[in-house]
Amino acid sequence: MLANRLIACFDVINGKVTKASQFRDNIDIEDAVTAAKRVYDMQIDELIFYDVTASAEKRPIDLQLVEAVGREVFVPYTVGGGIRNLTDMYNVLKSGAEKISVDSMAVRNPEIIAQGAKEFGSQCIVLSTQVKRVGRSAKIPSGYEIAIDGARVFTGMDALEWARRGAGLGAGEIVVNSIDNDGTHHGYDLEITALIADELRIPVVASGGAGRMEHLYDVFTKTQASAGIISSMLYSPRLERNFTVREIKEYLHGRGVPVRPYVAPRAT
Amino acid sequence: MIGIVNYKAGNSHSVMNACKKIGVDCRYVGGEDDFADVSAVILPGVGSAKATLDSLREIGVLPRLEELVLKDGVPFLGICVGLQILFEHSEEDDVDCLGWIEGSVVKFDETRLRVPQIGWNRLTWEKSDPLFAGLGGGGFFYFVNSYYAKPARGEDILAVSDYGGRFCAMIRRGNIYASQCHIEKSGEVGLTVLKNFCEGAGK
Repeated sequence: MLANRLIACFDVINGKVTKASQFRDNIDIEDAVTAAKRVYDMQIDELIFYDVTASAEKRPIDLQLVEAVGREVFVPYTVGGGIRNLTDMYNVLKSGAEKISVDSMAVRNPEIIAQGAKEFGSQCIVLSTQVKRVGRSAKIPSGYEIAIDGARVFTGMDALEWARRGAGLGAGEIVVNSIDNDGTHHGYDLEITALIADELRIPVVASGGAGRMEHLYDVFTKTQASAGIISSMLYSPRLERNFTVREIKEYLHGRGVPVRPYVAPRAT
Repeated sequence: MIGIVNYKAGNSHSVMNACKKIGVDCRYVGGEDDFADVSAVILPGVGSAKATLDSLREIGVLPRLEELVLKDGVPFLGICVGLQILFEHSEEDDVDCLGWIEGSVVKFDETRLRVPQIGWNRLTWEKSDPLFAGLGGGGFFYFVNSYYAKPARGEDILAVSDYGGRFCAMIRRGNIYASQCHIEKSGEVGLTVLKNFCEGAGK
């Protein structure tokens, strides 16, 4: 049986891991390579690295940084931000990442999902989505709309419909980032996470809002999400207290939620 | 010296990073005449069996690899699709593979399971082996696969896992090891397996 995954997601600006609230007001945490080593040593299950300003600044992703992080991390590692074409994808994979995350660029050019999946396999292509609760309407039947460009531009696209389309084009996993819940520490948006996870047969990653261990219990028991992003819980200074991966896993395991157990490091 | 086969469709970079981390002497090998000082070979893998075979044929490495592994008994470790191509046939693209190990590669049941399997799954050892030194009775490893191997000979199975039913996660026959999970991306447990291989398992 597969374990539910805990993922650290780094929003990287100028080589620094930052933490935003509702996609704004980023504050610096620490140097990306140091942060990567730290969360790896905590036994995080997976790492996502977003070069958040690459796309807006119309520059390619910082490959040297991607490579430096890859030298410290021996768990799966996804890279996104500024990916425009197959060449960008190839460069990221050759720099040590296992998966490529596409978000705004995939909305502008959905074919990039199909091209990436065909060239590198679906397992390499992660579709990341920014979703906002807008209320159900004829145009937005799920009640959630897709935004792009750091939640600044709204697309008029229905979130569930876009997720379905992304999976159909060959995405191997989908990240559902709640714009409303991001950085609030009030818990994941269970409604849209459940909607998408029930509908799709590919793994769904819940993102945005985790602030307490109960939030992970909720998302893994009330939805079919396969993974949850827990960046704030690990290192946000906006949170009253931070958590270790170990205590979150022990909490979940104690409540019957399958996780990869923490393994005490061997004395050397 | 550990030789890591470097070809277009592989993730040799991640395997190289992992080998450097555990402090073993390693370098990339590709061309046919590249193996003079190589004492063990790792074949990394991601993606489809056909793309992997095509890519390996393109660099012309297979004849020398077969000679080293099948004739000279050099320790070998295939990872992920580097396990799958050792079998006789894969359902993926209906492709004939190398046939070093009898059996075939089939797809997980998509009607019941999320496919690909992506994530950490528990391995249990079918037998004790130097590859598992220091690891107790099993551990969690990272998988990304839609297909899995069904060895014809049960004694080739070294470790199993469970995804909608038991499946073969690692094999060993003599000097040939292969792992369906990505040991280079399975944290410290995976690095321990890699280290055990590099330090002489399979000799």
